[in-house]
Amino acid sequence: MSDKDKKNEHGYGTTGHEWDGIEEWNNPMPRWWVWTFYATIFWGVLYTIAYPAWPLVNKATGGLLGYSTRAEVAQQISDVEARNAELETQLASADLTQIAGNDALQNYAVQGGAAVFRANCSQCHGSGGAGVQASGYPNLLDDAWLWGGTIEQIAYTVRHGIRNEQSPDARWSEMPAFGTDEILTDEQIGQVVHYVRKISDQDHDAAQAAAGEAVYLDQCAGCHMEDGIGDPENGAPNLTDAIWLYGGDVASLTETIHDSRFGVMPAWSAEYRPAGGLSDSEINAVAAYVHQLGGGE
Amino acid sequence: MAPQDKPPMPASATGVGDRPQRKSILDRHKILEKNATLLLVVSFLVVTVGGIVEIAPLFYLENTIEEVDGVRPYSPLELAGRDIYIREGCYVCHSQMIRPMRDEVERYGHYSLAAESMYDHPFQWGSKRTGPDLARVGGRYSDEWHVAHFVDPQSVVPESVMPKYAFLRNAKLKPLHIDELLETHRLVGVPYTDEMIENAEADFMVQIDPDGDTDGLLERYPGAQVRNFDGEPGMSEMDALIAYMQMLGTLVDFSTFTPDPDR
Repeated sequence: MSDKDKKNEHGYGTTGHEWDGIEEWNNPMPRWWVWTFYATIFWGVLYTIAYPAWPLVNKATGGLLGYSTRAEVAQQISDVEARNAELETQLASADLTQIAGNDALQNYAVQGGAAVFRANCSQCHGSGGAGVQASGYPNLLDDAWLWGGTIEQIAYTVRHGIRNEQSPDARWSEMPAFGTDEILTDEQIGQVVHYVRKISDQDHDAAQAAAGEAVYLDQCAGCHMEDGIGDPENGAPNLTDAIWLYGGDVASLTETIHDSRFGVMPAWSAEYRPAGGLSDSEINAVAAYVHQLGGGE
Repeated sequence: MAPQDKPPMPASATGVGDRPQRKSILDRHKILEKNATLLLVVSFLVVTVGGIVEIAPLFYLENTIEEVDGVRPYSPLELAGRDIYIREGCYVCHSQMIRPMRDEVERYGHYSLAAESMYDHPFQWGSKRTGPDLARVGGRYSDEWHVAHFVDPQSVVPESVMPKYAFLRNAKLKPLHIDELLETHRLVGVPYTDEMIENAEADFMVQIDPDGDTDGLLERYPGAQVRNFDGEPGMSEMDALIAYMQMLGTLVDFSTFTPDPDR
């Protein structure tokens, strides 16, 4: 056994353990360490008293501070709302056409709308609003609007969406599938394709286009108008500009007329999607943002 | 004070030290330290106590899972889609858990409730967000967008790093063992009824057929969305996965339900 009376230069003895002649000095833990250790225990006790901690019969102890994460997030959101209350109320009930005339409101709406756009709209319309060319996701920067480009029309489109089952007031129109439903023969579809290319100033077969005019006036003019300028009431696009939602080449046009297209936009109002939708002021903000991107009417 | 004048720490603070003559608790502790099997058994007991205190109350505390209207078991097609979600490891990059924090609530929607994943075995909360949270992705995008996005994510979101899942379109899906899948979930506590299990195959097939007889499906799974999700004839894994995507986070009607803020 080791020598129990042995002391080191600090006056401490050994632990009394000895392995093959190797002994261990019984130096104490540093004081700062020991006191920090006691402090953490003390802190732990206080923490479980102050914050929700111990499970009891029906629920856990709530803690003296009455903290809850849900209450905290509600508080944070209402703090922000209170700070912006004036502009927020104005924006929610604003006459949309008047927003642009009110600098403070316009600035608030466009900045807030940009944030809403990035979180919710950019996945389809692109983070810059340019859409996805020829894939059915419209460019919001140009002058072509399927359902109208006034700020009110934009806000309506955002609120209710297009061809969805979420809002009963969703914008809705459906082009017939002229080929699939056998309304037109493949020959007639080919003729109409060339007529559409003619009125959009693209290369076309003159003879086919001439034959296609009659088919067009008979079948297409009702929505796309006799001169092909489209009708925002029906979401019927202008066929005479060089802007194509699904492509303006022969193959894409043939597919469009043969099978039809059915682009869907979700309804964004919280009225139709309570868990993830937008508030009235958010809808107005994003409408103001989109309207000022360049193409607003 | 010179170091040698410092009084030694009490044995209780150091854990070791000059032993008093009386048998202290530390001496008794030596029995544990010197007896590996006993140490194992007693350690296990201590951990068990900790586990019981932490886990057991979750089974009886009334405020663990608040009761919420609208949450129902997954329809067979949604469940199959969920299996594809798990198979493809979507949870590695996507969470399904909107935390009660302002930035998350403003971006993703109402924070998630425990009840919304009560029929998830295993849950898909996740812990990594390379992609966005998907807890409320249902209804956020059109079916066409989901198809385009799964086939080639960069075609619609150029900055995305998500891999392509175009093969899901071509992978045909048959309702093989779908009733057994439901039974398995019943085994772990999902309240699938006998009727649901009997009709599992029919419910599975009819959910992509808007012209079919969907009355039974909608009665058994209220709010189930019936569409040809991928726009192609036949049942593909794409149909199932989009059916699952489009129902995520849509079951609870937050216009009529306000969570208790004290939970």
